Amino acid sequence: ETRGGNTIESTVATMVVNSVHWFRKGLRLHDNPALQEALNGADTVRCVYILDPWFAGSANVGINRWRFLLESLEDLDTSLRKLNSRLFVVRGQPADVFPRLFKEWNVTRLTFEYDSEPYGKERDAAIIKMAQEYGVETLVRNTHTLYSPDRIIEMNNHSPPLTFKRFQAIVNRLELPRKPLPTITQEQMARCRTRILDNHDERYGVPSLEELGFKTFKGDSSHVWKGGETEALERLNKHLDRKAWVANFERPRINAQSLFASPTGLSPYLRFGCLSCRVFYYNLRDLYMKLRRHSSPPLSLFGQLLWREFFYTAATNNPNFDRMEGNPICVQIPWDHNPEALAKWAEGRTGFPWIDAIMTQLRQEGWIHHLARHAVACFLTRGDLWISWESGMKVFEELLLDADWSVNAGSWMWLSCSAFFQQFFHCYCPVGFGRRTDPSGDYIRRYIPKLKDYPNRYIYEPWNAPESVQKEANCIVGVDYPKPMINHAESSRLNIERMKQVYQQLSHYRGLSLLASVPTIQEEAEPPMSDDSYASSSTAGEARQSSIIILTGFTVQLSVFFALFLSVNQNVTTLPDLTKKSFTMPKKINA
Amino acid sequence: MNQIKLMKRGQKGGDDAEEGPGAPELCKRLRQDDSEDGAVDWRLLPEEILLQIFQYLPLLDRAFASQVCRGWNQTFHTPELWRCFEFELNQPASSYLKATHPDLIKQIIKRHSNHLQYVSFKVDSSTESAEAACDILSQLVNCSLKTLGLISTARPSFMELPKSHFISALTVVFVNSKSLSSLKIDDTPVDDPSLKVLVANNSDTLKLLKMSSCPHVSPAGILCVADQCHGLRELALNYHLLSDELLLALSSERHVHLEHLRIDVVSENPGQQFHSIKKSSWDAMVRHSPKFNLVMYFFLYENEFGPFFGDEVPVTHLYFGRSVSKEVLGRVGLTCPRLVELVVCANGLRPLDEELIRIAERCRQLSAIGLGECEVSCSAFVEFVKMCGGRLTQLSIMEEVLVPDSKYGPDDIHWEVSKHLGRVWFPDMMPTW
Repeated sequence: ETRGGNTIESTVATMVVNSVHWFRKGLRLHDNPALQEALNGADTVRCVYILDPWFAGSANVGINRWRFLLESLEDLDTSLRKLNSRLFVVRGQPADVFPRLFKEWNVTRLTFEYDSEPYGKERDAAIIKMAQEYGVETLVRNTHTLYSPDRIIEMNNHSPPLTFKRFQAIVNRLELPRKPLPTITQEQMARCRTRILDNHDERYGVPSLEELGFKTFKGDSSHVWKGGETEALERLNKHLDRKAWVANFERPRINAQSLFASPTGLSPYLRFGCLSCRVFYYNLRDLYMKLRRHSSPPLSLFGQLLWREFFYTAATNNPNFDRMEGNPICVQIPWDHNPEALAKWAEGRTGFPWIDAIMTQLRQEGWIHHLARHAVACFLTRGDLWISWESGMKVFEELLLDADWSVNAGSWMWLSCSAFFQQFFHCYCPVGFGRRTDPSGDYIRRYIPKLKDYPNRYIYEPWNAPESVQKEANCIVGVDYPKPMINHAESSRLNIERMKQVYQQLSHYRGLSLLASVPTIQEEAEPPMSDDSYASSSTAGEARQSSIIILTGFTVQLSVFFALFLSVNQNVTTLPDLTKKSFTMPKKINA
Repeated sequence: MNQIKLMKRGQKGGDDAEEGPGAPELCKRLRQDDSEDGAVDWRLLPEEILLQIFQYLPLLDRAFASQVCRGWNQTFHTPELWRCFEFELNQPASSYLKATHPDLIKQIIKRHSNHLQYVSFKVDSSTESAEAACDILSQLVNCSLKTLGLISTARPSFMELPKSHFISALTVVFVNSKSLSSLKIDDTPVDDPSLKVLVANNSDTLKLLKMSSCPHVSPAGILCVADQCHGLRELALNYHLLSDELLLALSSERHVHLEHLRIDVVSENPGQQFHSIKKSSWDAMVRHSPKFNLVMYFFLYENEFGPFFGDEVPVTHLYFGRSVSKEVLGRVGLTCPRLVELVVCANGLRPLDEELIRIAERCRQLSAIGLGECEVSCSAFVEFVKMCGGRLTQLSIMEEVLVPDSKYGPDDIHWEVSKHLGRVWFPDMMPTW
């Protein structure tokens, strides 16, 4: 029986191994076990990236994200050139492209990095099946996250942790993440010579932004975030240097400077995989242990990385993670549908300089500080405009360099108090919060130049400035800069009432406490988890953490509002389906 | 078979012990009658049991069930099933939620309007939805409602209707019901004359009135309600309607004990002046209704708190929805001995150490505290928790609030606090990616 034009016999007889490594994320040569597998005993290796320019225009991806991606691909290509190979950017869709490539290149092995997202898993399952039909062996390695999401879910009684603390408690019990692999070497590549055709650039070169349908300006090269593995590794070194110099691993409190893009920022590089999260992890860890005399670092050191892990884990088995309807962990909130208001927010025309400056920076550069994200997300959803978080998520997806499906959707649900049992009382004031973060107003002046001549007293609320001040600043509110689109006091009053209505209906709480309206899920208070392997804890801090978990199993009662829905075995954390309007036993309809 | 199980559970109360057959016997009988493969003839299910089952079904499922046969259709229209209804009025252009089907609404008005007793209208931000609600209200002529709720789930669309249109619809209910016990009309254009109509017809029965943010009502209008409706137990309104006279009316001898009073203090323009309430008025309230809860939500600029927290005020639940100054929080500790819950959205970057300690000392009933964008040193916070001890059932502190100092770092503060609370505690976190 023949398969894909090759007879199995001939393949076995010659035992030629032609590998293809498929880059999707993981755009790097360092710490890339899947790529190593491709090289392992192979006769030829081709590294491919599949890209469909036809869809580029219609996809919800902005120019900054495309640019970053293309730069990352160029960087890969450059690095591969130094190893006598090239990157093959293949135009099309994977399902169409692979059969062609399998035949053309006599592929026998396909490797790629594991994608934990539901859409990715589905796509990959189809490709693996197809590869099988062509007699192609597939090897997948999990390196986009520190841990295996499935493992964490298994350790949490087969459901993803829905509080960050629970997540941290589980991670604390796991072994350390696998150590990163070194980068691909000349020797490794030398054994798998790839024939590069003369027309490689034409057929398989990295496309330009123009080819994808974007208009660029000449000399438009000064942008803040440069894509690629090389840049990522340089930034990592600078990041570590700065930490070492400060000798302080505390989470820095936000100051005016933090709002601007940092030359040591790493989040976009982690998202695209230009930087391996495990390399970052171990570099941080080793530096800490060096400077703190070998004491084990607390989990808070890896905050940024663990939040990422948390959302990947929460999303991996939930294809509806990015929407409200049909999403079992998402509270059904009666958001308003208001395209005009949404556009004002997305385009930075709200009339609130703090919000507008943030959205302008986001659109221009593709990155904003996480507290800035909280501010604009709160403003759009539960704080002021009462518009669905899904709309905000889509805008971020288009503009934000480090937003990928799981992290973006999860964060939006978190910030809009739609999931993860968050208190909703703390509302970020679009005037006060900005002013407290940057009293100098420089951030506003940089991104909204029209307001640069406003004095500090009024720059966050220009509509309150007397006419004389506005005239002198050469910027009249309502003419040169929009009036504020809502009254914040009134909106926040309304919205806190709406949130309370929603949560009280959900939890059937009839009391007066604002805080008690939100049901608490004391995941930490449950009996010890299913996995018996307790990781050794070397510091007192870690020991205390695990002992809290054991102690509370005996002393604390599980105070859960959804008691009716937990099974008799309290170990099972099957959560009620929040898509239903109320989730107690159906009551008789009466007063 | 799930329905049979439900049935058995429903029968536990022994409701139909006298009338219908017991459930097990009934099942046997049903199975015996149509004995092909033990199939059950659902048509033989007695109405009482069907009614019980229907009460557990959501409306849509019930509606489907009603299409099965005439008998079930009849049960579907039993008055008991139509005592309580929530009209959901949404437009696809302005809401993600489904609306109650217009045909169903027509049916209810035609066949069940005189059965309705507990009714609410949920409307989205479009004017059409509010109009539709008024339309229905105007047709509830044969209705004797006990409860009426007008709830806007997004922007208050009732405010966008012509006032007279809304008022005439509402007064239909006021005049016809005569036994309204609970009325929620927040964010509506209700006015003084319509409140007079309410009072003229329902003064004996009115127990709950929620009317926050009703800008057309004056203090005199609400005073009329307090004077006449002596059974009023729960009241929610904006601060501009609150007066000494109102408090005295609510504490008059003829008046029942008040249970909840909710007051929203909202600033329309910066630098707004608010009137103050005399301490003697609050004292009268507390004397008359010693257990009453006073819930106050403040949405003011920092410099507008002048008239507040100078004298003792019997507030139990306090929410500051905008930034509130350190000085005002200091005053809270001195003037709010009955405080049960304190929630602060933001304060600014000066530590609230002293203020919190004072609150722990003076507010002995405090059992819930929430701090958003504030700062407290870790040591002061531990001290605070130590002083309050186990009475703190709700402690919601954003992670950034706690400033590490020489005694405690960010990683061990939760351990200390948990110790003093007697349960595991962590601060609230926000994603940092």
